Amino acid sequence: MEPLLLPPIPEYHRIGVYEAHGGYAMLRKALAMNPAEITNEVKASNLRGRGGACFPTGLKWSFMPRESAKPKYLCVNGDESEPGTFKDRQIFECNPHQLIEGTVIACYAMGINAAYLYVRGEYKHWIDLVQQAVNDAYERGYIGRNILGSGFSTEFTIHRGAGAYICGEESSLMNSVEGQRGYPRVKPPFPAQNGLWGCPTTINNVETIANIPVILRLGAGAYSKIGAERHPGPILVGVSGHVNKPGVYEMPTGVPLLEIINTYAGGVPGNKKIKAVIPGGSSTMLLRGDALEGVCMDAESLKAAGSSVGTAGVIVMDEDTDLVKVLWRIARFYHHESCGQCTPCREGTGWMEKILKRFVDNNGTYADINLLRDVANNIEGNTICALGDAAAWPVQSMIRTFRAEFECRVRE
Amino acid sequence: MNTNDQTKGLSEHSLLRIEQLKARYQNPQSVLLEALWMWQGEHGWISEEGMRYVADLVGVPHHHVLGVVTFYTMFNRKPVGRHKLEVCTNVSCMLRNSERLLDHLEARLQIKTGGTTPDNRFTLVEAECLGSCGSAPVMQVGDRYYENLDTATLDKILDELK
Repeated sequence: MEPLLLPPIPEYHRIGVYEAHGGYAMLRKALAMNPAEITNEVKASNLRGRGGACFPTGLKWSFMPRESAKPKYLCVNGDESEPGTFKDRQIFECNPHQLIEGTVIACYAMGINAAYLYVRGEYKHWIDLVQQAVNDAYERGYIGRNILGSGFSTEFTIHRGAGAYICGEESSLMNSVEGQRGYPRVKPPFPAQNGLWGCPTTINNVETIANIPVILRLGAGAYSKIGAERHPGPILVGVSGHVNKPGVYEMPTGVPLLEIINTYAGGVPGNKKIKAVIPGGSSTMLLRGDALEGVCMDAESLKAAGSSVGTAGVIVMDEDTDLVKVLWRIARFYHHESCGQCTPCREGTGWMEKILKRFVDNNGTYADINLLRDVANNIEGNTICALGDAAAWPVQSMIRTFRAEFECRVRE
Repeated sequence: MNTNDQTKGLSEHSLLRIEQLKARYQNPQSVLLEALWMWQGEHGWISEEGMRYVADLVGVPHHHVLGVVTFYTMFNRKPVGRHKLEVCTNVSCMLRNSERLLDHLEARLQIKTGGTTPDNRFTLVEAECLGSCGSAPVMQVGDRYYENLDTATLDKILDELK
């Protein structure tokens, strides 16, 4: 597959180079189409969101009211804070104009006149890069008033976060754009009815939006034939941990995990065995290293394997890894990032961290294993947003698949 | 920059920028985070005075600003050294020995994580995932990322950060 999201073209981040390779042609094409046609094309492409939930993008767009007395908004989610995830950064750095082009097309398709790109505060350097690209796009008339003489106008504003994992959750992100604490909101109402400032809003991940010009260029039919049938398209897979060549790799969906680890990422240093793999960022269920055969990087395959594609952030752990310590570190992260609104998450994440620390110190008990599982089970499904679930899943999956790791840490 | 004089307001440039940004949002309260970033950029950290100033500037109650400042971890609520070293110790960095970096820094700077050197040159903190897992272990200093670190490169970086 030719790279569609990160083409290896020198200086592609510059507007002139992007244009010379056909950049912004899809915006011209889109502006000549009926907006509903674009949404239908995205629907037919079977593109599913790349932010973790794999929700069909075209369907999400179709939830937006056609006519609205209130303004409508698009939020592009570049919060990218899921441990193991570092793919959107590549788009900011190497292909910002495709993100901008996709954003303006999405705005046109949904009748939106203001888009906000939310980027995590730590990415200041990349925010500056994208801002430069946005300024250039404004100058050439791809954003702003009367875009390319079409009569359609939309603004593009980058909104910088300030260090909060939870702001990657869509309703929390909207609160953060509103200048509030990043507390998730109770759903329903859903953002398409009641989002930013109570107005119809769509939130899409950066990588999702970068796929939009590709869909228009290839056509929905050809796009939907890339990769896995029920979760098609190019996908950016970030590989980290115990591999020889960590990094972001673009590939069609559906590539076997073992091929990603051994071929793309150059295998495990010292040819060590793989003990475990987190396939899609820290909140996805852990897979055993000896159960990776046949598991592929797409929503359906990973679901069948008992995990999920998440943000395609693959974390590889070799045979010498202390999994209990890894799990404790993950639990500490969720405890730190819990916003504190819901009691099960606020209290439960800290409780899990404490219990896991006992195992790290070889000081756990058999009863602690059950207690840990109970706490996780009582968080899951009992919170406003998915952070609670994200904290519970790694714990639940680890107890299920690596119980012996805990048992050997029980105090004598 | 980083004068730590918390009585001075924001620069003309920042004030102008804030007014421009307000027009970008349905409710001007949205510029709060950006205004706090500007305050921190010009003063190094966000004091009580800073919060009151920003509250008036943005047009929100002081307690709202306090709630926001305490929610987001990147806002410094007390003075920090000239260089704030933020070492990621989350999973991908941990698997590539970030703990050793932190130990090395504590030993070299003679401070504990969370502390500031007596000469006010460095503050050392542990960071959550910085989104740079492919080049782990990683440290952020100001706006800059230092990637694929080992203790030798770390020493060189520290020497350069005056």
